[in-house]
Amino acid sequence: MSDDKSTFSVGEPIVNSAVPDGGIQDKWEQHKFDMKLVNPANRRKMKVICVGTGLAGASAAASLGELGYHVQNFCYQDSPRRAHSIAAQGGINAAKNYSNDGDSIYRLFYDTVKGGDYRSREANVYRLAQVANNIIDQCVAQGVPFAREYSGLLDNRSFGGAQVSRTFYARGQTGQQLLLGAYQALMRQVEAGTVEMFTRREMLDVVVVDGVARGITVRNLLTGEIEKYSADAVILASGGYGNVYYLSTNAKNSNVTAAWRAHKRGAYFANPCYTQIHPTCIPVSGDHQSKLTLMSESLRNDGRVWVPLRADDNRPPNQIPHEERDYYLERRYPAFGNLVPRDVASRAAKAVCDEGRGVGATKLAVYLDFADAIKRLGKDTIAARYGNLFDMYARITDENPYETPMRIFPAVHYTMGGLWVDYHLMSNVPGLFVLGEANFSDHGANRLGASALMQGLADGYFVAPYTVSNYLAQSKLTPIGTDGPEFDESVKTVQDRISQLLNVKGKRTAMEFHRALGHIMWENVGMGRTAESLKRALEEIPRLREEFWQDVLIPGEANNLNQNLEYAGRVADFLEFAELLALDALHREESCGGHFREEYQTPDGEAARDDEHFSYVAAWEFQPDSSPVLHQEKLEFDYVKPTQRSYK
Amino acid sequence: MSSTSRTFKLRVWRQNGPNDKGHFEDYVAKDMTPDMSFLEMLDVVNEDLIHQGKDPITFEHDCREGICGSCGFMVNGLAHGPDPGATICQVHMRHFADGATIVMEPFRAKAFPVVKDLMVDRSAFDHIISAGGYISVKTGAATEANIIPIPKEDADQAFDSAACIGCGACVAQCKNASAALFTGAKITHLTLTPQGQVERGERALAMTIKADEEGFGSCSNEGECEAVCPKEISIRNIAFMNKEVAKAVLQK
Repeated sequence: MSDDKSTFSVGEPIVNSAVPDGGIQDKWEQHKFDMKLVNPANRRKMKVICVGTGLAGASAAASLGELGYHVQNFCYQDSPRRAHSIAAQGGINAAKNYSNDGDSIYRLFYDTVKGGDYRSREANVYRLAQVANNIIDQCVAQGVPFAREYSGLLDNRSFGGAQVSRTFYARGQTGQQLLLGAYQALMRQVEAGTVEMFTRREMLDVVVVDGVARGITVRNLLTGEIEKYSADAVILASGGYGNVYYLSTNAKNSNVTAAWRAHKRGAYFANPCYTQIHPTCIPVSGDHQSKLTLMSESLRNDGRVWVPLRADDNRPPNQIPHEERDYYLERRYPAFGNLVPRDVASRAAKAVCDEGRGVGATKLAVYLDFADAIKRLGKDTIAARYGNLFDMYARITDENPYETPMRIFPAVHYTMGGLWVDYHLMSNVPGLFVLGEANFSDHGANRLGASALMQGLADGYFVAPYTVSNYLAQSKLTPIGTDGPEFDESVKTVQDRISQLLNVKGKRTAMEFHRALGHIMWENVGMGRTAESLKRALEEIPRLREEFWQDVLIPGEANNLNQNLEYAGRVADFLEFAELLALDALHREESCGGHFREEYQTPDGEAARDDEHFSYVAAWEFQPDSSPVLHQEKLEFDYVKPTQRSYK
Repeated sequence: MSSTSRTFKLRVWRQNGPNDKGHFEDYVAKDMTPDMSFLEMLDVVNEDLIHQGKDPITFEHDCREGICGSCGFMVNGLAHGPDPGATICQVHMRHFADGATIVMEPFRAKAFPVVKDLMVDRSAFDHIISAGGYISVKTGAATEANIIPIPKEDADQAFDSAACIGCGACVAQCKNASAALFTGAKITHLTLTPQGQVERGERALAMTIKADEEGFGSCSNEGECEAVCPKEISIRNIAFMNKEVAKAVLQK
């Protein structure tokens, strides 16, 4: 541990992100030709490890298996079909321009760079927009039942941050249907023998040999055995870190462990402070709450958001007359009204609750009211549009949203930060690739709706198969097994940590520590951050971590199924990672996208960027015995000129 | 929302591994509130057990919003409990009266061996999918998405079948431990899309033969699977599958 974690040192800037030369429209096409290939006969002899089976992991493993590589795919769930991509509701973007409303690859690129508040790498985003169309083709060919019009052609709908209809969807279960498509492609390769599936394995270390990623160490969650696997390249597609806040819309077992262990083996962690807080989630109902449920962004098309005009107004909503209500989004943003982007809507909800005008028992909620829409369109129309969401709401809250306004509140939903990668999606550790939400690459400081599914599948189907092959073709790797000293050291490190955890034999459970960490993070590193709150977090996190290692109580043993031991290991990693997140937020003295520093706002309360000083990716290098080192990758905008975002 | 606290008597199946005989154990869950989810109630019970130095109850869960298919066990004899169209993670304690006895058992089937307590091994489902539950298209081999129109009705029907979350409730509720609804739903989904036509016969045979090999039973049309399916997948998927299999056999 270092002496003062609120400090850091500045290292060499990152000058090579492997972005190819040429105009932005031509870079990827030209580069695909320039990249090296591996002869089919040689692919069989090469092994690729892939961690995670969400959209990015499953699509990469299946595609690399099809190419003939020997792929080993790992997940902690009992089946690859359960990865958390399955829960994505809204849709997936692509610039097909089927709506003839002026969409194009360039416009999707432009919207994504702007939506990310000018904190992403242009070349990566352009490629994402380019391959998005292929994703829709691929998924349709797999049998994904996208919504269709009566003509039989694909239907589109609108989503936040865009003026065109480019979102493809499968009711409110788009993530599920896309993931099942990728999962089925994966299982086909399992049957063909190119992919070996390892379920119920949790990755606990990356093995680096001579500076190159050559394998992983995992815990078999059924037997407790620590297993080691070697490969010629390692892909991490292990998702985001939203659960550092304890309560989030993520799955309960989603965690930062794989990414964090890679970070501790040398991979830079980029922009951890970019976290997305989604405005429309079902509020917390009590201390027992274990997770939060999202209500789709689409509800804001017809619902009106309001709170009582005066604080501590305890009347039921239907007894508060119109003139005593504050439709604050419509008041503050007349041009966009209830359809402002996620970051803006979330902050506005927090502001009215801070003024004591929140509603419900906890006063941490605002109304999302459909009464006017029902009057205008009729109950049937509203039921046809949002019936499944209304049912979901009623099931959880036991209230009828057709009669009583919904209560909603922002919740942690997605994390834009992640392991640093170059244009090839390779981290600074050669041979270690990072895909999907686990990398930092395409969304800048704020992700637009329906873009996460696009990125996961773009990375896995259409980028990694090329760039991983290019790496394998060029790196003259000597074949290795798992007998080397690096593998032994890795196994020992992992085993020691597990014994250390079990030997604490304290009095507080992993869940109690996780809740305490979540409280610190939400209060101090949440929707509104200040230097003061961040410094407080940087004092409280290490203190809590110390308490954890002195007082955590984990039942059971290491050598069999032990869900609490798994959980405690993840919480231990969150307790380390949280500090880097807070430090990154403290060092970034500007507001951008999901990172809102209250000191840096425009006179009317909007995020104020500081392009002169902060137009860079903050890539953090781990130091075992001192504070982290910051490497800056300067962002150049040759095509989309940064401006102040305004929704007034 | 009521915050009156309720007390429940829990009878929980405890089994230390696939080879352990297993037994019921009784617990009292005190100070629970109606707005808690079922799994949050179990979280509280487990935290208590840990503090008492006892082994907490093992159960599987992940997304806690009814879509990943990780959770599921029998509650008072019903897969996923008393609330129709919901997984157990979506059930709230308001469905149980104060003082109620709640019996919890794992999904029981020959093809789903118990791993521990309420957790079972459902990898047999993965094996059925890998036997043929896909359309054999390579990455990059797809044609333009709008080249083949699909009637909206077919697409909607395909979606209804594709909504299966692979939780295993259908197998657990069936007296024959049949995987017919799971297998039928995937066969129906893929056969209703034009892209899935080419392999339809082979797929139907391969998947149903695999289901037999994995130890699932036959379907005797009781309809219990449909009744407990959290995604309310219709038993018509089984009829569709039977027709597909019959056609494939005749064409052989």
